[in-house]
Amino acid sequence: MDLEPPIRRGHLKVFLGMAAGVGKTVRMLQEGRAELEAGRDVVIGLLETHGRADTLAEAAALERLPRRRITYRASTLDELDLPAVLTRAPELCLIDELAHTNAPGVEHGKRYEDVEAVLVAGIDVFSTMNVQHLESLNDTIAELSGVRVRETVPDSVLQKADEIVIVDLTPEALLERLRAGKVYPADRVDAALQGFFKIENLSALRETALRQVAQEVESRRAGIAAALGTRTERVEADAPAAVGERLLALVEPCPAAQRLVRRAWRSAQRLGADLDLLWVRRPGGAALPDADGRSLQALRQLASVLGAELLIEEGDDVGETAARVCAQRGTTYVLLGASRPARGLVRLREPLPQRIVRLAPGVDVRIVADRSKRGS
Amino acid sequence: MDIVLFLVLLAAVAGIALGRALPPARTRRRAREARATRPDALRRILLPFTGASISRRAFDAAVRLARVEGATLMPCYLATVPLNLPLDAPLPHQCESAMTLLEVIEQRAATQGVAIDARVSRGRTYRDALRRELEEEAFDRVIVSATSSPGAGFSGDDLVWLLDRADSEVLILRPAPEDAREVSAAVVPVAGHF
Repeated sequence: MDLEPPIRRGHLKVFLGMAAGVGKTVRMLQEGRAELEAGRDVVIGLLETHGRADTLAEAAALERLPRRRITYRASTLDELDLPAVLTRAPELCLIDELAHTNAPGVEHGKRYEDVEAVLVAGIDVFSTMNVQHLESLNDTIAELSGVRVRETVPDSVLQKADEIVIVDLTPEALLERLRAGKVYPADRVDAALQGFFKIENLSALRETALRQVAQEVESRRAGIAAALGTRTERVEADAPAAVGERLLALVEPCPAAQRLVRRAWRSAQRLGADLDLLWVRRPGGAALPDADGRSLQALRQLASVLGAELLIEEGDDVGETAARVCAQRGTTYVLLGASRPARGLVRLREPLPQRIVRLAPGVDVRIVADRSKRGS
Repeated sequence: MDIVLFLVLLAAVAGIALGRALPPARTRRRAREARATRPDALRRILLPFTGASISRRAFDAAVRLARVEGATLMPCYLATVPLNLPLDAPLPHQCESAMTLLEVIEQRAATQGVAIDARVSRGRTYRDALRRELEEEAFDRVIVSATSSPGAGFSGDDLVWLLDRADSEVLILRPAPEDAREVSAAVVPVAGHF
């Protein structure tokens, strides 16, 4: 029996602001466009421009789905066309104003319920909301500002969001935008300044928004650490600090170094240890040739994706420099590749592994073999 | 007489030392011939892949071409970063299989005398990761395997995009039944580390 694979739930990213006009929608559109340029299929499900020219300009490059027209009590209302979004099935859908209340007669009473349906269909969503729309803050903000908003969003919606981006602006800058007619049309500016848009209101709202996001970040920190993967989990949870293993791989900017890094990383994973990479560069050395520069960049990228740290130290003596770094970072294992056979007078010098053993007592030294040569 | 004997012995020792220090003449001659016959235009072959395996056919084709052309094969693992993580976040879960696969690729290529220089590139999507790699470095040829399975590897759209975007020669292998044969980390486990 063929079973369809389960549909992955879409990711929800919410752009949260303290009030209208801070730039949430513009930021959402900018990020949507970046995703489009990165090759993703992005559409605008619903956009509220409020007649703002900068918002319209940001939306120009993105495909926009038509709205659904609903006639209710002799007036015509424009709503998100949920069936059209689900039929179009983009990878990412931009849906403005998460707290909006839908016109009667559509699938759901609230827009966040529409968004939930889109996420369940496996489509990622970017959306926007103001902090005063958060249900738990409704009373507090009504007390602070004297204005109670009708449209609210349950706290659970924001808690379930995969990412929350705070779009911040100082109250002074927002008032300047308002006076310049960038938020509301000219005939509404005076009323806004007399009512909700007072500097004390905006300051309180800003503080509330920043606190809210700070709390969200704190509560998610453990979750993100888990998402980062096994090493973090092991190091932070299972592997006690007393084990304290730390690996150092000696590398050079050349393709063969990648093999050494991969092996070192696997060993670090098994030990639940951190991994450092060290390249000892000759002091005052000339600029790297192109090929070495590319290899160094590849090493940096590899270190970054593995969560290792690439250290570049200058020194004439690799053994001495490695021993110094071992002491500084509490290294317990040093890994290095097999050296080429020494020729001439170099044979008289102490080999690097022995030198490190002597200079860094208590540190294990391991030479990583080239397995492609095994059995040859 | 002693001086003459001493000089003869010294010359003999110097000759032996020099002989050991330099590769044999036949090896040097072969290396010179290989350099002379190698086309200058083809030096770096990019072999991007996603997931924990790579089509055996694509891998074999890439190794064959790299060997014939004396090129360096550059397998590139394309990692996708979830939206809830920053683009430069470490990705140990994905790397667990990818690093093993890169090891297997390197070992197999090395047994056939092909030089390997691996890469890892991150992006929000496979295409984004590949775009970043193509922006970062120049390649002479890109080898990709088209797939008939939706959601696995490069889609038709991705390949059209690649043809449009890549400055290098692009070799697309059409889907074939043999694609079920893969080079994977699971087939040849790399074991033995602490």
